[in-house]
Amino acid sequence: MSEPAGTLPDADLFSRDHFALFGLPRRFAIDERALESRYHELQSAAHPDRHAHRPEQERRLSMQWATRINEGYRLLRAPLTRARYLLELSGVDVGAENNTAMPADFLMQQMEWREALDEARDARDPAALDSLARNLRAARREAEALLAHELDEAHDTAAAAATVRRMMFIARLGEDIAEAHETLEN
Amino acid sequence: MALLQIAEPGESTAPHQHRLAVGIDLGTTNSLVATVRNSVPVVLNDEKGRALLPSVVRYLADGTTVVGHAAQAAQAQDPRNTVASVKRFMGRGLADVAHVESMSYVFEDAPGMVRLRTAQGAKSPVEVSADILRTLRVRAEASLGGELTGAVITVPAYFDDAQRQATKDAAKLAGLDVLRLLNEPTAAAIAYGLDNASEGIYAVYDLGGGTFDISILKLSRGVFEVLATSGDAALGGDDFDHRVYCWLIEASRIGPPGLEDMRTLYMEARRAKEVLSAQDAVHIGLKLSGGEEIDVTLTRDAFADMTKKLVDKTLVPTRKALRDAGLAPEDVKGVVMVGGATRMPHVQHAVGEFFGQEPLTNLDPDKVVAIGAAIQANVLAGNRAAGDDWLLLDVIPLSLGLETMGGLVEKVIPRNSTIPTARAQEFTTFRDGQTAMAIHVVQGERERVSDCRSLARFELRGIPPMVAGAARIRVSFQVDADGLLSVSARELGTGIESRIEVKPSYGLGDDEVARMLKDGFEHATEDMGARALAEQRVEAQRLGEATRAALAADGDLLDGAERAEIDAVLADLATAAGGEDVAAIKKALDALSRVTDEFAARRMNRSIQRALAGRSVESL
Repeated sequence: MSEPAGTLPDADLFSRDHFALFGLPRRFAIDERALESRYHELQSAAHPDRHAHRPEQERRLSMQWATRINEGYRLLRAPLTRARYLLELSGVDVGAENNTAMPADFLMQQMEWREALDEARDARDPAALDSLARNLRAARREAEALLAHELDEAHDTAAAAATVRRMMFIARLGEDIAEAHETLEN
Repeated sequence: MALLQIAEPGESTAPHQHRLAVGIDLGTTNSLVATVRNSVPVVLNDEKGRALLPSVVRYLADGTTVVGHAAQAAQAQDPRNTVASVKRFMGRGLADVAHVESMSYVFEDAPGMVRLRTAQGAKSPVEVSADILRTLRVRAEASLGGELTGAVITVPAYFDDAQRQATKDAAKLAGLDVLRLLNEPTAAAIAYGLDNASEGIYAVYDLGGGTFDISILKLSRGVFEVLATSGDAALGGDDFDHRVYCWLIEASRIGPPGLEDMRTLYMEARRAKEVLSAQDAVHIGLKLSGGEEIDVTLTRDAFADMTKKLVDKTLVPTRKALRDAGLAPEDVKGVVMVGGATRMPHVQHAVGEFFGQEPLTNLDPDKVVAIGAAIQANVLAGNRAAGDDWLLLDVIPLSLGLETMGGLVEKVIPRNSTIPTARAQEFTTFRDGQTAMAIHVVQGERERVSDCRSLARFELRGIPPMVAGAARIRVSFQVDADGLLSVSARELGTGIESRIEVKPSYGLGDDEVARMLKDGFEHATEDMGARALAEQRVEAQRLGEATRAALAADGDLLDGAERAEIDAVLADLATAAGGEDVAAIKKALDALSRVTDEFAARRMNRSIQRALAGRSVESL
């Protein structure tokens, strides 16, 4: 025990990217069950509940680790954040704020959805909101399939960034639908 | 190496000694304390065999404080000095409290939190809650025969940061070491899930005396994962009483009652509500102090009608929680009912109808939260046994954000984020040469600051003068496993760092808590010096044991010099703890903490790597 240990743990473990932390290949298509069970395994080791009776320094480390694992799980679990994260790792800024150029047909589609939302809101029609939400879900699934191709096979980051921007619009509209539901219920 | 053992007479130093830990359900109407004894969770009764402690505190002019049943019995007789349902005032200003007009207290609006004027002076809700918690601590210590290591205190899932912090302060004031603040529905889910080995999506519908929570959880292979939570921190059984109270006044055509009659009528209203859970009608007959007679009958149907709006009001957050979880009512496998107010048949009916299934009522709705808290406390105190490898992943109920230009809120951490969590947001200056920035932290879902709860304001100073927009100020939020927030901010642009840590504390400053603690000890005529020495010795023993256990398990992570350094400091600590010098023990403790910092980090890395290696061979 007096010799320097041969297997010091990886000092960079904490700053590894999220895919590495979860032991998953850096791809858009992901094994969701594997991700979830990795998440549970990592938190089983790191979570503050596992270190509550331990010294203060260990509790602090535990909180930092658990925070990082939660953040990684959040980013990897949702397709939109996972795609953005992959692009970020490849040095591509999705540029949501300044790069709003979208294909004309998607702009048309956007306007139609927005109109449908306004109409459903004015008519106080929850069924119309639900139907719009279904359309959005279908569009989202389509975009996800496209992303899997663009990121994992074609490695076309520019195309993927454009798809991500479309998904961001769909996500925002989804939030507006949820809000409209809430307003109707209150 | 010979290590000195520090043992007080009658104190065991066995490394695997059972640590006394309790779970406390600090309720609006009743409070309970429970523990795990011989691997079985049990609620601890008072000397008369009663489990529920009414959350009522009476302050007498002679300095005596009465808590529980005796205080409850004195409500009508001494309404001003007898405080009930104090949980409704935790972390709240006067303007936030509903039905103030029909309350028998004399309020004082203090900054941050309302105070109640009593025969013993102005009392903060934190102090009143501390009196309830102290009574439960004394009950537990008498029953378990020793000092408590720590406690898990439950809070409504929908409690905001101010209410959580106030609860933690109350526990501190009551001399309790808080192992964790645990959300009430989550505690119920633990008790229920472990008891029934459940798997799948569960909803916990928790209607207490003054608060409503709905949590959606996913239970899978020993993991309790909260997907979403919502609720109403000011809706509960008390509001049903209030409806009956208003009806009694209307139906009997009496004028506004005085303080004593008000309390009498409230107590009758509550009794009527409880009777109606078992019978179809209840008769209310009584004589008020002015001679007016009340003689009315309330039927179950009429009661259900007059309170329908309240029941409907619980379904709004229920829908919201499901939507946040991305689920529909039919995805839910079981609905666990928690809280005394769920005994009302029309509540059960409405919930059953909404989810399309009979709700689960096989656990005592009054006790299930305390039981879950006790199970969690037992594990957190380090009494984890085989089979106790379940894991709890909870969320924050309300979004946290910052005020930006124009009184708008920029969300930093969205609601239902799994805790612990941290997020940062960057801001910039808007005037040339601006050297300070006001940071206003808020909690809530609305867009405008004025519609959210203000948690803290602070100023970041010493920003180097630059043109507008050149400074980069990074504001970081950290929410810990108790759901409590701390905020820091720094200027990144120039390399000159300004940093400030903020722990919002809502009207009760740390120094105020310290003063109250000191007063408490003086009342108890305890020798502060002796207590401090005893505390430091316990700490020395704890840290020494923890370090030796760590060395035994992971000593190979250290080289010879590192190991020798730690061993030397451990020996110093043992020597210091054998003496009488409090400062020397403290110094040795600090030294041990310092020389083991790197070791602790390596150990944590190793356990993470092991967790990862557990599966990687099989699926990569």
